[in-house]
Amino acid sequence: MQTISRRDFVVIMAAAGGGLLLGCRVDDRSNPATFIPNAFVRIGTDGRVTLIMPQVEMGQGIYTALPMLIAEELEVGLDQITLEHAPPNDKLYVNPAFRFQATGGSTSVQAFFEPLRKAGAAARIMMVSAAAARWRVDPGTCRAQRATVTHGPTGRTLTYGQLADRAAEQPVPTEITLKAPNEFTLIGTRAKRLDTASKVNGSAQYSIDVRMPGMKIATLAASPVLGGKVASLDEAKALRIKGVHQVVRLDDVVAVVADHMWAAKQGLAALNVTWDDGPNAHIGTADVLKDIAAASEASGVIARKDGDGAAALHRAAKRIDAVYHVPFLAHAAMEPLAVTVHVRPDACEVWTGSQVVARARAAAAQVTGLPLEKVIVHNQLIGGAFGRRLELDYVTRAVRIAKQVDGPVKVVWTREEDMQQDFYRPCYYDRIAAGLDARGRPVAWTHRIVGPSILARWAPPAFKNGIDDDAVDSAMQILYEIPAVQIEYLRHEEPALNTGFWRGVGNTHNDFVMESFMDELAAAAKADPVAYRRALLAKSPRAQAVLDLAAEKAGWGQPLPPGHGRGVALLYCLWNTYMVQIAEVEVSPSHEIRVSRVVCACDCGQMVNPDIVTAQIEGGIVYGISGALWGEVTLKSGRVQQSNFTDYRVVRMNESPVIETHLVVNHEKPGGMGEPATACIAPAIANAVFAVTGKRIRQLPLQPALTSVA
Amino acid sequence: MAYCATASPLHLDCVITVRVNGQAYDVDVPPDMPVLWVLRDVIGLTGTKFGCGIAACGACTIHLDGQPIRSCVTPVSAIAGKSITTIEAIGQTPAGRKIQEAWIAIDVPQCGYCQSGQIMSASALIASKPNPTDADIDAAMAGNICRCGTYSRIRAGIKRAAGEVA
Repeated sequence: MQTISRRDFVVIMAAAGGGLLLGCRVDDRSNPATFIPNAFVRIGTDGRVTLIMPQVEMGQGIYTALPMLIAEELEVGLDQITLEHAPPNDKLYVNPAFRFQATGGSTSVQAFFEPLRKAGAAARIMMVSAAAARWRVDPGTCRAQRATVTHGPTGRTLTYGQLADRAAEQPVPTEITLKAPNEFTLIGTRAKRLDTASKVNGSAQYSIDVRMPGMKIATLAASPVLGGKVASLDEAKALRIKGVHQVVRLDDVVAVVADHMWAAKQGLAALNVTWDDGPNAHIGTADVLKDIAAASEASGVIARKDGDGAAALHRAAKRIDAVYHVPFLAHAAMEPLAVTVHVRPDACEVWTGSQVVARARAAAAQVTGLPLEKVIVHNQLIGGAFGRRLELDYVTRAVRIAKQVDGPVKVVWTREEDMQQDFYRPCYYDRIAAGLDARGRPVAWTHRIVGPSILARWAPPAFKNGIDDDAVDSAMQILYEIPAVQIEYLRHEEPALNTGFWRGVGNTHNDFVMESFMDELAAAAKADPVAYRRALLAKSPRAQAVLDLAAEKAGWGQPLPPGHGRGVALLYCLWNTYMVQIAEVEVSPSHEIRVSRVVCACDCGQMVNPDIVTAQIEGGIVYGISGALWGEVTLKSGRVQQSNFTDYRVVRMNESPVIETHLVVNHEKPGGMGEPATACIAPAIANAVFAVTGKRIRQLPLQPALTSVA
Repeated sequence: MAYCATASPLHLDCVITVRVNGQAYDVDVPPDMPVLWVLRDVIGLTGTKFGCGIAACGACTIHLDGQPIRSCVTPVSAIAGKSITTIEAIGQTPAGRKIQEAWIAIDVPQCGYCQSGQIMSASALIASKPNPTDADIDAAMAGNICRCGTYSRIRAGIKRAAGEVA
């Protein structure tokens, strides 16, 4: 994680309308005098306080957490603000963790914790200065609260709206002292989400809801085999459907443009598209596994080496080896992908929810051949992304289609297309080994991770020396005290599927491998899984504390009915969040796994909003259970076999466990909270299944694997 | 009511009158067109969501004469002359209002995309069963998928609303 440097500074600009525009940006020496017209805070002379959101809202609550950071220092109430989606701008809205505008990797609060408070504080200081100048008093005798500056001795007041013009003339503060944690009035509270009201009455607008005069609706089909091309289609038949206007045929995708989605869908079916499948047509899941297993025999790049793992393994009293693997997973967000595009000869406008909106703009510029400044992208609320909208394929595809269409067109993916044209959580293959001493304590730990590098494709500079930090995340940060540790990464790309980020990505698989294997070691040592871990965490007090908290709250060690069991898992990784989950599962006589209760203890440092942290834990666990028990994307003849929620099973209300969340309150540096709970649940369940059945399942999803071995 | 002048099987000219949230709309669409797309793409009420198209996720749930139905598989001909209610107006019913208030009170939604359907199913549940048990909630809500995993809050929200409905 790159920290915010002192080069960050606050830039102040007089708004065109006479208000105050203020922002915080990373120093751009090449253009020091640039007047940048958008940032995080805009206060009009009408008193309207607008906060511009650099990070997109996709359910994680960032449209509440980030406003809380600004409002805390700006001294405005959450009921006094309006929010705007930030426009694309990699400089103004840079996420320091990525060095461009991106919402992902559980980074938003970590990355913006300081810059947004500074943006709010600078604005407040200038408001107070403006008031003090007008009253000719010492600014130290004035204070700001609820968008109003009050002069203490006389009780005079001026609102931010009344001060907006004058505040713009105030010098930019060079020294900003932020509140100490004990002065927070908003940060750390369970403030209500700002987006709830619009999400209970149908008024929240997502990409798929965009409407405008003259807009047509299209749906599309891309080659079902990656790399395939359109071979033939029956355009005339599609055009005979009432409401169908146009068929767009591109080399690898077809689209039907119509008055409404129903006509577009029927038109697409009428096309009877045939495909030239290309070189991947023969690939099936068994081939994928065979290839990656064979690849895993070779050595990888050494990512971490403490001591001599091989020698320590050799010397150990007992050696344990295991092979783990996990499948491809689809995101299956509730909102199918949708993009509205209007391409004109001299401009292009795009409406869609993107986790990388500046990249989306660049992609649209590239497809249209227009200069960047002629492309406008309007970000939208996202109906679940989980990493899917870090990609650009859906934007590129929509703009390619829209180039052929006169007027605005909304390109809507069917559920089937959404599931079969995903960027899937990779299939990974792991070889892991440990050596135990005579007392059963690990003295060596070697872990070889084999799988694609998403970073090498998505952020090439981040792929260094053959190591993908994401693919090895969590494995690298192993907290257990083991004298010899070796972590290897072996890049293995899968030609038949696109792979991408999926709520946790690298550590969704690494934590499953590590924490399942740690359970194997405890079993080999005939030790209690919690006690065994605890003894190895003496140098990680925060980890030990959440382990103790979870064990206590879960009633670890207390008897359960027959057929029930508990499993524990610890998670720690680049997000700097400590989490322990204890899952209670029931395995029926027919080997059906049911997760009945999950107790989660979490220390993510300073929380902005504990209720949203709790929601992320609840949601992360449910998302993770779907993947752990059932989630699997398989290939046959190069085609993804799953198509909808009927064959890609996800957790439903009646399958959702009781979730109890226990949060550690402190003022440590904020950690990431979007993804940890998803990563931590799979090993907790696998370990609970072992506790019940004695079966060690070393692959996901667990349910079919247990059924096949039971 | 439906008035169809058949020219050819692919060019049915139909004007169907549908009553949505108390208002009548004459729509010129094929009779087999799902209500979902009539609402979203013809009438312009986008609060009802498309999730799966096959009645597998519940995002498109609306009320037909007070009963929850999946609009993505209900042909518009089936609602001719009947009254449907969507998320945009469910707050005008006592049960719908209580559910919305409970959802706000405990911040149920995350991404929010499935919540229109969740609220429609939950409203129908407490309208017919003022004090639903956990089993009732499971049965009534199992058809509504939430990928953000808000189930425990949905359950709590229903119980809260049920307590206040009575």
